[in-house]
Amino acid sequence: MTALFSHLDSALSGAPGYWVLTLIKIALLLFIVLTVNAYLTWFERKVVAFMQTRMGPHRVGPHGLLQPAADGLKFLFKEDVMPGGVDKFVYLLAPFLALTLSLASLAVIPFGPNPLPFHFFGGHQINLWITNPDIGLLILFAITALGVYGVALAGWASNSKYPLLGGLRSSAQMVSYELALTMSVVGVVLMANSFSLTDIINQQDSSKLGFFGWNIIGWHSFTQIVGFFCFFTAAIAETNRVPFDLPEAESELVAGFHTEYSSFKFAMFFIAEYTSMITVSALCTILFFGGWQSPFPDWPSLHFTHYLPSAILLPFGLWVIYDGLKYETIWGRLVLPVIGGVIALIGALLLAGRWITPLYQANEFIQAPFWLLLKIFFFLFFYVWARGTLPRFRYDQLMNIGWKLLLPVSIVNVIITAAVVLLRYKA
Amino acid sequence: MSAPLVIFFVLAALAVIGAVSLILQRHPIHSALSLIVVMVALAGLYLLMGAEFVAAVQIIVYGGAIMVLFVFVIMLLNAGEEERTDFSKLAKFGGLPLALGLTGLLAATMTRHGASVRNPDTAGSLAPTGQISTLLFTTFVYPFELTSFLILVAIIGALVLAQREKG
Repeated sequence: MTALFSHLDSALSGAPGYWVLTLIKIALLLFIVLTVNAYLTWFERKVVAFMQTRMGPHRVGPHGLLQPAADGLKFLFKEDVMPGGVDKFVYLLAPFLALTLSLASLAVIPFGPNPLPFHFFGGHQINLWITNPDIGLLILFAITALGVYGVALAGWASNSKYPLLGGLRSSAQMVSYELALTMSVVGVVLMANSFSLTDIINQQDSSKLGFFGWNIIGWHSFTQIVGFFCFFTAAIAETNRVPFDLPEAESELVAGFHTEYSSFKFAMFFIAEYTSMITVSALCTILFFGGWQSPFPDWPSLHFTHYLPSAILLPFGLWVIYDGLKYETIWGRLVLPVIGGVIALIGALLLAGRWITPLYQANEFIQAPFWLLLKIFFFLFFYVWARGTLPRFRYDQLMNIGWKLLLPVSIVNVIITAAVVLLRYKA
Repeated sequence: MSAPLVIFFVLAALAVIGAVSLILQRHPIHSALSLIVVMVALAGLYLLMGAEFVAAVQIIVYGGAIMVLFVFVIMLLNAGEEERTDFSKLAKFGGLPLALGLTGLLAATMTRHGASVRNPDTAGSLAPTGQISTLLFTTFVYPFELTSFLILVAIIGALVLAQREKG
């Protein structure tokens, strides 16, 4: 029996430093992601508000910046109602499942290629991922496959008509779109010849291929554009977002599967939804948009693109200072310039890397994470954009799109990609 | 006890508890949930043996697709709690000797060949997915294709049955 597991012995009973490091990284990632989640709700409300020429949240804190904190507190202090006749175990299990699974999927997402330039106690490298398995993509799909349970069980356990209908709808929807989601990625996997997310990113690096060195051409969004559209559409459906948010169509189903959930249990579904939005955006970036690669070629003449982080942060910080100084409340006039000052200072320090070596190294180091986060941010914006723009699909339209459009198109895409890969491999 | 062995026993216990609970639960949804626990625990065991790909597929196909359909159908039919009935005569007189026989057979094999019946054929520490596919498409290509043919037949059969009901 022990011989069977000998290959794992070294990995599992390694130095305690490794375990401590991993736990710290997990805690840090959870903290960051949950904060980003909170501000994503703020961002979404603000953007949708501006699209509809409204102000959005602006009462709590300057520009409504403390609104997420207020919402969080409200969720904590609201009465936790459990309706009568629910299946208690399953009712409590469902939000836990939803939240745990969506947070767990973050573990395999790599945020940058290079480890931090210093070592943890015991000489452990600090990589910008929690784990980087060879089957990262498959693990993500496994988690997505299990993600249906949170929604389906919540709808069933609530012992109520609307949640049951919402749960049924969403499980049907998620099962249907999972097929298209998986098939649309097969093309990428065929081209990268790997399930590892870092391998897939590195394969898109075309700076060596001689396509004038422009990375954009090597990205799978260029060769797999059909796969990308199928993937992103299916992913929006899989995360139950507009225009595929039928499980929670308020005019028909009140709030769908989470109608009977109150207080923090409702918040758990909410956080789960926003976390899976982040995961899907990261996955889109990694699979189709070169992950952490800059779209610019690695030429000395284009080295100035490395100062793009400061070119964004510095003006933005200065604008926040300017805007803060003429904000209507004294509180805002005090706080906003400080926030803007910090952002501008970071931008200025990165720009100073032009002349100061340690800052230069810092600027070089943040290039990869910067591009990854910028692209993730773009897709998150796209989610909000879609929500502010598109009406909801009808249920039959939804099923038609999933089964009769996305699935056949992605299968054809797989066949063509496989043929091309085979021909290139033979040649 | 080494760390992997501890994990093995935890997963094995989970699988056994899930399997027993699957039979003892009265509500179909609870039974289905227990079965999911068994599937995920099995995936963990595969992972422990270094079969990453099989573990992932176990969760995607069994834990995900198949069990989601189970749960979906139970929800759709709104199946309620089941009544306990007496054991059937067949189970009473046929089941017990069969179960005893199987347990005896397993115990005999294990005591004869040691605790680990046979080490899995892993190519190196963790079998990469590429090697599995190479095996599938070279050595085992005919069984593999036959299996996919069988699945295709099942799909077409399901479609035909569904269509007949409509017309």
